[in-house]
Amino acid sequence: MNILLILPILIPLLTAISSLLAWRNRSLQRVFSTTGACALFGVSLALFAVVWQDGVQASQMGNWPAPFGITMVADLFSALMVVLTGLTGLGVVVYSLAAIDPERESFGFHALMHFLLMGVCGAFLTGDIFNLYVWFEVLLISSFVLLQLGGEKAQLEGAIKYVTINLVSSALFLTAIAILYGMVGTLNMADLAVQLKSADRQEMLTTVSVLFLLAFGIKAAIFPLFFWLPASYHTPPAPVSAIFAGLLTKVGVYALVRVFTLMFVQQSEQLSRLILVAAGLTMTTGILGALVQNDFRRVLSFNLVSHIGYMIMGLGLFTPLALAGTVFYTIHDVLVKTCLFLVGGIIYRLRGTYKLSKLGGLYQARPVVAVVFLVPALSLAGVPPLSGFWGKFILIKAGLDRQAYLMVAVALVVGLLTLYSMAIVWSEAFWKRAPDDRQAEAPLLPTAQLHSRLLYFIPVGVLACLMVLIGALPEPFYDIAGRAAEQLMNPTDYVRTVLGRLP
Amino acid sequence: MEVTLAFVIGGLYAAGIYLMMRRSIVKLIIGLALLGHAANLLIFTIGRLVRGAPPIIDHGKTHLIGQFADPVPEALILTAIVIGFGVSAFAIVLIWRSHETVGTDDLDEMRSTDSFD
Repeated sequence: MNILLILPILIPLLTAISSLLAWRNRSLQRVFSTTGACALFGVSLALFAVVWQDGVQASQMGNWPAPFGITMVADLFSALMVVLTGLTGLGVVVYSLAAIDPERESFGFHALMHFLLMGVCGAFLTGDIFNLYVWFEVLLISSFVLLQLGGEKAQLEGAIKYVTINLVSSALFLTAIAILYGMVGTLNMADLAVQLKSADRQEMLTTVSVLFLLAFGIKAAIFPLFFWLPASYHTPPAPVSAIFAGLLTKVGVYALVRVFTLMFVQQSEQLSRLILVAAGLTMTTGILGALVQNDFRRVLSFNLVSHIGYMIMGLGLFTPLALAGTVFYTIHDVLVKTCLFLVGGIIYRLRGTYKLSKLGGLYQARPVVAVVFLVPALSLAGVPPLSGFWGKFILIKAGLDRQAYLMVAVALVVGLLTLYSMAIVWSEAFWKRAPDDRQAEAPLLPTAQLHSRLLYFIPVGVLACLMVLIGALPEPFYDIAGRAAEQLMNPTDYVRTVLGRLP
Repeated sequence: MEVTLAFVIGGLYAAGIYLMMRRSIVKLIIGLALLGHAANLLIFTIGRLVRGAPPIIDHGKTHLIGQFADPVPEALILTAIVIGFGVSAFAIVLIWRSHETVGTDDLDEMRSTDSFD
């Protein structure tokens, strides 16, 4: 049994429990939380190193042979996602030490955050479709509580929409699992991959695969299932928004990629047109929504929706290069979205508002904030030499190879519109004069001492540096994405490692 | 028996979705609960509805013969029911708190997070 596969779940669990035990002692909770997040990041790197060197890792819980027991499995894509979880988890926890208010902290913010990380890691590492449902529920219930923690009016309204649509998605997911089990009698994903190839009633399987597409499409916020996202993601405090934006929709993307590359390979070819149309419409509707918003975080929420389209586009094109693009874009998007939402929190701390019309003059007053906003903003728009450029480049190259010219055109235009949307934010929040002169002269971060300032800026700075690094040295990251895509396109290793034999 | 249950399940899905279309948050929660029950019953039906056929391998045999009740879906429902119970409990407290804070039970009036400004 490979302990590294369990630790990314065990560490957040233990951290969350010890934070709960230290209910009355906030400073102890902060220590536990930071230590746990560091440990999770370290373990995720170790797991990634092992998977990179020795290939797919699998482990049977309780030593029940696969397909009967519960399997944990990590291929490069899962290991990569766990690393990203560890990284954003650590960044957000450090940031939250300064940014989260004492009330939320004393009502279990840290414990909830680690339960959320546990659910996310579990979803990435499980090799069993029903187990995936359970991990989804773990991360959902933690996200429900995190979303409404604090009980502000907007939070509660957002939470009702978020909870409802996610429960609908869970019901669809459960229905799909039930029908699938009824057809082939197994829940192990590797075993499913083998059985579904030879299953009769392929047309029924298409129905099931569409159910999965709907269920995960809701979680990933693809068109036309995304309306819950801009209605809820801007309501909680910045660290919570950031972890949601960075990770939760990507869990949906991960599940889509996993299910359609491993299990429903034939269906994904039939559905590729549908997926591509959904991707194109996700990009366009998302970015058009972003252009008209006046709230900093709602602009980001719509941009988040829009850029899910790029990852789905890679899945729709379904070539090794396109999937490498999806993986690369996912790395980039997790970093960028987390970073932008965290910068939003800094701006809120400085000016006490997210309304673009009320912001202004930040460039003059706070050039450092302007720089840490500009890097992810330009990276999001795909300006070279930042990470977003290479992500878009790979996807567009893959699109041209498949002669999906319309898709490529949409992707390029949306890239330009993203730049326009970020330019609006830049000119409104940073460039124009502050609407209120007193505001510009007010002491910035008035109560913040140096260490609290560091806590705000270190995570954002590190994420921004990573974007520059990926942009400047894309090759190792492209290698990772390429190898991950190879494993996804050709899952024999995955199946052999899980089942212990060749199908 | 399967046919009856199929209609029951279909009816539950329909009723659940109908209730979720209503504007009252209480009906919304009931609708969600019905949707969960529908999915659970579907899993139950998938496990074959046979009477007196436990999945026990007879002495001297190596595998099950003929019809038997599949135990896996039953374990799945058990998990799904527990999860559904927890989530429903949370959702009920959530609508109660929202009703107190927002002061309405009409979903159409809960649009401050969707409004433009």
